Amino acid sequence: MQAVSPKVMGIGRPAARGAVSLAGIAKQFGATSVLRGIDLDIRAGEFITILGPSGCGKSTLLRIIAGLEPQSAGTVAIDGASMDGLPPDRRDIAMVFQSYALYPHLTVAENIAVPLRMRRMTRLQRLPGAGVLPGVRRIAGSIGEAVRSVAATLRLESLLDRKPAQLSGGQKQRVALARAMVRQPKAFLMDEPLSNLDAELRVHMRAEIAQLHRQLGATFIYVTHDQAEAMTMSDRVAVILEGELRQIASPGELYRNPDDLRVAQFVGTPRINVLPAVAAATGIDVLGIPLARQSGLSAGSELQAAIRPERLVVTSDKSGLSGQVVYRENLGSDLFLHVAIEGVATPVIVRCDSSALDSTAVGVTVRVAVAAEHLLLFDLEGRRIGRHG
Amino acid sequence: MADASSRKASLPTVLLLTAPAVLLMLVFLVGPLICLFVLSFTDYQLGAPSISLVGLANYAEMTGDETVTISIANTLIYVAIVVPASVALGLGAALLIDADGSLRGFYRAAYFLPVMATLIAMAIVWGFMLDPRIGAINFGLKAMGLQPLDFLNDRKIVLFTLCGIGIWQSVGFNMVLFMAGLTAIPPELYEAAAVDGARRGGARFRLVTWPMLAPVTLFTVVITAIRAFQVFDTVAVLTGGGPNKASEVLLHTIYSEAFGYFRVGYAAALVVVFLGFILVLSAIRVFVLDRRRQAQ
Repeated sequence: MQAVSPKVMGIGRPAARGAVSLAGIAKQFGATSVLRGIDLDIRAGEFITILGPSGCGKSTLLRIIAGLEPQSAGTVAIDGASMDGLPPDRRDIAMVFQSYALYPHLTVAENIAVPLRMRRMTRLQRLPGAGVLPGVRRIAGSIGEAVRSVAATLRLESLLDRKPAQLSGGQKQRVALARAMVRQPKAFLMDEPLSNLDAELRVHMRAEIAQLHRQLGATFIYVTHDQAEAMTMSDRVAVILEGELRQIASPGELYRNPDDLRVAQFVGTPRINVLPAVAAATGIDVLGIPLARQSGLSAGSELQAAIRPERLVVTSDKSGLSGQVVYRENLGSDLFLHVAIEGVATPVIVRCDSSALDSTAVGVTVRVAVAAEHLLLFDLEGRRIGRHG
Repeated sequence: MADASSRKASLPTVLLLTAPAVLLMLVFLVGPLICLFVLSFTDYQLGAPSISLVGLANYAEMTGDETVTISIANTLIYVAIVVPASVALGLGAALLIDADGSLRGFYRAAYFLPVMATLIAMAIVWGFMLDPRIGAINFGLKAMGLQPLDFLNDRKIVLFTLCGIGIWQSVGFNMVLFMAGLTAIPPELYEAAAVDGARRGGARFRLVTWPMLAPVTLFTVVITAIRAFQVFDTVAVLTGGGPNKASEVLLHTIYSEAFGYFRVGYAAALVVVFLGFILVLSAIRVFVLDRRRQAQ
């Protein structure tokens, strides 16, 4: 990607632009409640990802911010000004759609120019053949300049005369980005923009979008169900599950320190392991193994102890949990052992070095060591307890 | 595609598999057309014992035949009025019905009713309604203080009366085509337009709806034009081409020549001319639509 001219891309503009704040957003479709009590303050220039499984309401939230869908309750404000009731084109936002939503009858250049034509030209000036009217040539010239500059940033110069049907998926994606960029909006809203691309291109575009964010300095609100996208691109991730905002934190914090068991289970591949545990007088008891870890609960209360696959170790030590290897997942760099342990519903997943490939086989019995300091404790409702540090 | 075409089937298989379709086309399409062409070069009269070739005499007669000139002119006027009016009204109705979900089924059925109704029967109903003495429409005109009109017997207005009935009959069909076209427009395009600043009304229509409907519109125009060229039922039932040939149209002239005066050879020559018009329209559709498809 080329360097961006500061004048056109607005790098020189004041930084405090595009702070989006949501207060008490709720949405019902008939009797179905899709979103409940969403409070979210997005800082100006931040790259925030709204992460959640399909059907959790994340796209609806983005559409409410865009003004494409009215909220049932709550307020959307951009830079302190309430946006409630304002149509999308008066919110100074741009949106990139999952299906790109390019106008198929217009060329790439014309597609990119649409937002500027709509803003800078009157109805009369937009009519075909209006070039003879006074001033239209000048406006058209300035629009053409902005289009070429944006096209250069996204390496689209050679495609400007093509129609969308003649473009590949990645090129269409870049045209959609260019159309969003051209009018220098306060915030970019992106609704799963990479989900129609193949895996390799997706990884590549991830890097391009992240770099674009650094260049533009504008607020990016990015909706996805793909936690890899959320973890790699964002400053902060807002996890929405079943219509509620469960946690908002940096990707690292979200992974290490989830507030909620469902968040812990949604973030990270393979899934976090959950082991049943009981609070004891001193520490906790995980499947009969006493561990020195304060839960803050009275002795005898049940709780859930979660631990990431990379924190578990296959050991020859007799103190570990004993189980049988039921499946081996070899990724080359890592080897994931699925170990069936009595008392745990789903097999526990352990990450090993790939060198362990020779020493383990399906059917053998192994011992798995659990380190008390790496356990994340949750009560039976899934709320985080006994947090330390 | 390349895979399929490179795998060549053997010639006997090809012939065997295409035979039923080719046979049907020969019997029902090509055969009658050849008969028609041959007849158009003869002086054949229905029931006549002899038949002889007359070369281009039928076509030569046509150029001097005032009835033919009038009927071609009337047909072209009819097409020129009915096609734009019924396409525009069909599009308008489709947009209005599409804009609001309530009563959508009712309006759709109401507009489509004339398409399904038998036109001959409907023409008789129109005949009653347009009657200068007992017709409902003239009652309405009188009630509004206007002069009653003799819709079907006034030379100046009879053709436009038939145009009105033709429009009434085609609007529903065009509306259904446009409604199908409208549902095929992806909603994200309207949302993208809303974000880009073309939120409603004319701007939204020009940016999204109209360009996306272009193939449907072309199809609708050609289909309506072909149907309008074939106007016959209303003329035959209501006016018989009168008064004084003021509503004579091509198909009705052909009918009169063939089954009124039994001049089959001459009628065949007229059919050839009629098919020429239809062929041009079909060619427009095929070539423009095909090119558009290739461009995409």
